[in-house]
Amino acid sequence: MFPEIIDTNPLRNAIDDGLNWVVRNWGDGFTAAAKPLLDFLNLVQHLLLATPWWLIFVILAGIAWLATRRWQLPVVVVVALLFLGVMDLWEDAMVTTALMITATLTTIVIGLPLGIIMARWARVRHVLTPILDLMQTLPSFVYLIPAVMIFGPGKIPALLATIVYAAPPLVRLTDLGIRQVDPAVMEASRAFGTNPTQRLFGVQIPLAFPTILAGINQTTMMALAMVVIASMIGAGGLGYQVLQGIGRLEVSRGLFAGLGIVALAIIFDRITQAYGRRLQGRIGIAEAR
Amino acid sequence: MSTETENQTATETGGITMRGVTKIFGPEPQAALEMLRAGKSKAEVQAETGHVVGLNDVSLDIAPGQIFVVMGLSGSGKSTLIRHVNRLIEPTAGEIIVDGRDVLTMPLEELRRYRREKVAMVFQKFGLLPHRSVIDNVAYGLEVRGARKGERQDKAAQWIETVGLKGYETSRPRQLSGGQQQRVGLARALAMDTEIVLMDEAFSALDPLIRSGMQDELITLQKSLNKTILFITHDFDEALKIGDRIAVLMDGAVIQEGRPEDIVLNPANEHVEAFVRDVNKARAIHVRSIMERGEVEPCEMAVPDTARCEDVLPLFAEHQWVGVNDGAGQQIGRVTAKQVIKALARHTPAA
Repeated sequence: MFPEIIDTNPLRNAIDDGLNWVVRNWGDGFTAAAKPLLDFLNLVQHLLLATPWWLIFVILAGIAWLATRRWQLPVVVVVALLFLGVMDLWEDAMVTTALMITATLTTIVIGLPLGIIMARWARVRHVLTPILDLMQTLPSFVYLIPAVMIFGPGKIPALLATIVYAAPPLVRLTDLGIRQVDPAVMEASRAFGTNPTQRLFGVQIPLAFPTILAGINQTTMMALAMVVIASMIGAGGLGYQVLQGIGRLEVSRGLFAGLGIVALAIIFDRITQAYGRRLQGRIGIAEAR
Repeated sequence: MSTETENQTATETGGITMRGVTKIFGPEPQAALEMLRAGKSKAEVQAETGHVVGLNDVSLDIAPGQIFVVMGLSGSGKSTLIRHVNRLIEPTAGEIIVDGRDVLTMPLEELRRYRREKVAMVFQKFGLLPHRSVIDNVAYGLEVRGARKGERQDKAAQWIETVGLKGYETSRPRQLSGGQQQRVGLARALAMDTEIVLMDEAFSALDPLIRSGMQDELITLQKSLNKTILFITHDFDEALKIGDRIAVLMDGAVIQEGRPEDIVLNPANEHVEAFVRDVNKARAIHVRSIMERGEVEPCEMAVPDTARCEDVLPLFAEHQWVGVNDGAGQQIGRVTAKQVIKALARHTPAA
């Protein structure tokens, strides 16, 4: 056994007591602060549920066609959506999609500027990189439990957990994409008298955009990977069906809901990837065809 | 360096005057600078402090309207030198005077204005914006300067035509060949209509045939543009072909500066000699520098005083004497085949 060097109990107690104090005194404040996020999630969910199923078919297949200009991807999208509809998973799928979309949009709003700041200041990168590592590797229950204690079970802790888990790849890839912009192009831009803002919006972001899009793709995938855990604390959706399937030993229910998550993943993964390829082709990063 | 020449060149618009420009790469350049000023060599400074001397006390006078070529092998500091003229690299010491202002001490905002209005640059690796069409690339400098859309599109279209890319306006850079891409780079710089154009190994990445064509085009363009062009190259033949004056750079220091024929006929040391050895001297030497001066009876055949040996050589098949005329058409001297052959042979080493 490792010898006891210091007594860690006071530290543990301090953390537990501290959290309890925060929950008692600031819990309402935190909940109020997260209200706009919850409103936004509810709005997206309401919108998706209010939209007739066939319109969602048309919109997603249309986006898929615009991204590839071929018939294959729209067919894949339609088949995946049919599966969700036929298996009676439509409503749950929309709830899950709303969570994923809200988490992804929030991540973009926070992660994109963060990635840009990281690319510009090496010092910020040195501080943020270990934090991002921590966000990606720390088991989500570790921060899920305190979040539930503060916000109470429901959609807010689920959303926050999803954001914490899904944000790192977008931040990292934004940072990487901007730093990988051809230095020769940056120098040319400088030689013409541009200021840093003109270079950021005129050169760096456009050239890093395919990489940023890869980050958004990763974020959507990781957000979908979180839905089962999120449903444990009251997010509902497909994850909840999986949980019920496990709880009742109904293998079929778990299996179909799980395949439903896969169907959603296929739809959003293929669409974002196709847009990324299209952009790369336009900028000329991809090999000339 | 007399102060007289300094004042003279500094007051003329469009000229570039460099005085003691020094660049040392490393964390503590000032200490290394002291050593360099105390007379230590580049190698000694590097061995003792780990600092790399990029430029060592470079002083040059570049007159307006000249194509001034800086020539040197890779690592000689020529790319560092040209990047000081628009301060893409921050200097360690020295000054570069353009239109009476020292570029190296300008505040940032003034420096950006100077880059937008006074100097344009062409790059070895082109540096085109891959996400923009050809015409938007050519218009880029004007856009940064704040020109209205109609005006910059018109100007860009005009320059695209001048460099022979009409019909490619909406193409993306990656759809063009290397030579075409550099034409875009050239058009982008010339569209700025700046007094000074910096060309950093602009033609080095191109195939020999295309390179030669671009050199001819630059010479033709310069006749009507009359810009101050600072041209960097590692190719001595290129330097001789386009340069009004040439400076040879080695280890960050200028080892010789002069007219092309001065360098070919009187190389300052073995390093320059080594460059000169394989060079096409018939191209480098002007007939005026070897002609017999004075009042002679008019010759049947005459060339202008800008002619080079390679221009008169074919004429000797028909004529014994070839006259040399000044700008006004007045004959100022004559040359024989013998004189030309002598001049070409003089500096060819015995080996």
